[in-house]
Amino acid sequence: MLSIQNLQAGLADGTSILKGINLEVKPGEVHAIMGPNGSGKSTLSSVVAGREEYEVTGGDVLLDGESLLDCSPEERAHKGIFLSFQYPVEIPGVSVSNFIKTALNAHRAARGEGPLEAALLLKKMREKLELLEMDKSFLSRSLNEGFSGGEKKRNEIFQMAMLEPRLAILDETDSGLDIDALRIVAQGVNALKSPTNAVVVITHYQRLLDYIVPDYVHVLLNGKIVKSGTKDLALELEERGYDWIKKENAGK
Amino acid sequence: MHNTLLNLYAEHEVDLARESGDAVASKRRAAIDRFEALGFPTKHWESWKYTSLKTTLATEYTTVPPFASASQHALEFKDLESYFLDELDAYRVVFVNGVYSSWLSSTTHQGIDVCTLGSSWRKSPEWLAENFAALDELDEPLVLLNRALAREGALVHIPKNTAADKPIQIFYFTTADEPVFAQVRNIVVVESGARVEIVERHQALNGKAHWTNAVTEIRVAPNAHVRYTKLQNDVSTATLTDATFVHQAADSTAVVNTFSFGGKLTRNDLRFHLAGSNAEAHLHGLTLINGDEHVDHRTFVDHAVPHCTSHEVYKGVYDGRSHGVFNGQIMVRPQAQKTLAFQQNDNLLLNDRAQIDTKPQLEIFADDVKCSHGCTVGQLDADALFYLRARGIPETEARALLMLAFANDALAQVELPALERKLHALIHKKLGVSVA
Repeated sequence: MLSIQNLQAGLADGTSILKGINLEVKPGEVHAIMGPNGSGKSTLSSVVAGREEYEVTGGDVLLDGESLLDCSPEERAHKGIFLSFQYPVEIPGVSVSNFIKTALNAHRAARGEGPLEAALLLKKMREKLELLEMDKSFLSRSLNEGFSGGEKKRNEIFQMAMLEPRLAILDETDSGLDIDALRIVAQGVNALKSPTNAVVVITHYQRLLDYIVPDYVHVLLNGKIVKSGTKDLALELEERGYDWIKKENAGK
Repeated sequence: MHNTLLNLYAEHEVDLARESGDAVASKRRAAIDRFEALGFPTKHWESWKYTSLKTTLATEYTTVPPFASASQHALEFKDLESYFLDELDAYRVVFVNGVYSSWLSSTTHQGIDVCTLGSSWRKSPEWLAENFAALDELDEPLVLLNRALAREGALVHIPKNTAADKPIQIFYFTTADEPVFAQVRNIVVVESGARVEIVERHQALNGKAHWTNAVTEIRVAPNAHVRYTKLQNDVSTATLTDATFVHQAADSTAVVNTFSFGGKLTRNDLRFHLAGSNAEAHLHGLTLINGDEHVDHRTFVDHAVPHCTSHEVYKGVYDGRSHGVFNGQIMVRPQAQKTLAFQQNDNLLLNDRAQIDTKPQLEIFADDVKCSHGCTVGQLDADALFYLRARGIPETEARALLMLAFANDALAQVELPALERKLHALIHKKLGVSVA
């Protein structure tokens, strides 16, 4: 489904961050990408989602065999890419429900469908709120404004639930979450898993992977995937840290 | 232009004096003399540094004489209906090309007075001698010119302890085939304990370079409440020069919202005089302009006594080669202890060629006060834009949504639902937003 091939990218000033990433994600799979600070995890998610501040200097990102690199962020979203942000942006004056409605109808318009009927939209929103144990008063609040860390992340997963992406990238979704919020968020993600979609979890810590169990774990170091394995690799990283991998790769 | 106006005054001086009486006549005389001495402002004047009247003054105008009768225009109710606040039962005072249109208006003298200045000179000469040109203390040529020549406009008088039963809408439409230059003046007196909501709209209906020079005097007595909203939706060819004076007595509240959505040139002088303790003033502004449009806001809040509050928020979104000016002056006099004054001016520039000149000016002579001000000039937040686009919202719509969010708190002091809907629709149209 998602195929990242020798992807190289960096900032407009020439700073290179991703130095040849290869990753294959098939439908139904959960991948975890782990790595220390500054290894390029967030850059990878931003590049896949289409953030224009990053310049792709080589390689390709394909979704179902088609390159995404010439697509705008909104086109990628319409094709089924969803990025759960590490730092969701606060937008005062735009309510959660209005925002979801606008986003959902933009997706539908891209598929040539008309706007979703108000009653159906509301029903769908209520269902998804329930899944994430969120109160319906949430819908009328300004998007992320004054939200706690946990509320912001739940809101991200709520949007994911509404938009039903094919490939969801969760960027540090566990940061700033207490254990209950973590459980609820993970529960939401697991409920949305299906044989036709896939999830890429980007995280610093193994903690989230106790709840969202990955099929594959990759270690990103200095802009490259240096080690891949199963969920046992995540446990090993938790125990031993990243230094041993750094040492292993020092000579290369 | 200067001479034309002096001649116009000379021609009508006797009739004006006969109608309005000696007290007003001497105010007019003094004003025209001062106007003659000053001439029109130039960019060398500090108060007109960023705004040039050159193009406006180069236009050939038909100046509307003080005793103009209804002109031959084919305006019908249905042509104007879209400008009225829908579903709103309201009094309406409508002027077309500076002349009152009784058939488009709905006035009253029952309990409150909602009528015209023109019809009141004969009926209430003493009241007008007291209230005409009573608050317009500004030594500016356009205010002086208006004082000398204006004899028409809306008159609102809310007696003691009375709440106006309906909101009041004041309309100034311009629609003549050739550019007209009109002097209009609103007088609003809200007696103690009274309450009123007024919506004023200036609207040019065709693409001619009309010029309206307006003055509004609002007297707010002790414990009275006024909410005054200005909609300046002139087409991009018209000029509007407006000066509004608010005088507040103790325990009163006054809100002036100014929505500037266009105009070749719009100049707003808004001056609050807080003369009684515990008075509360709100000045909110939203400017959304494009092309070659120019909007200049000059505000002045005079804290003359202790324990008053002023809250000022002006926002602007500038596209194309438009030019915005904000000059916000707050004066806290030595005796005005315990003053609370807040001022904020935030601007978005959407185009490299758009321009904003912003200048907060706080003059604080009391020591036990809380005053703050801030201003920002920026572009749309790139992170926020990416966030919206990553959710599938197309770029143009995402930009519009962010602008809408930016503009939103300028609506904080709009309480009439019908007005809020109207403003939302206008803002959406102006920003090209299709989302609800």
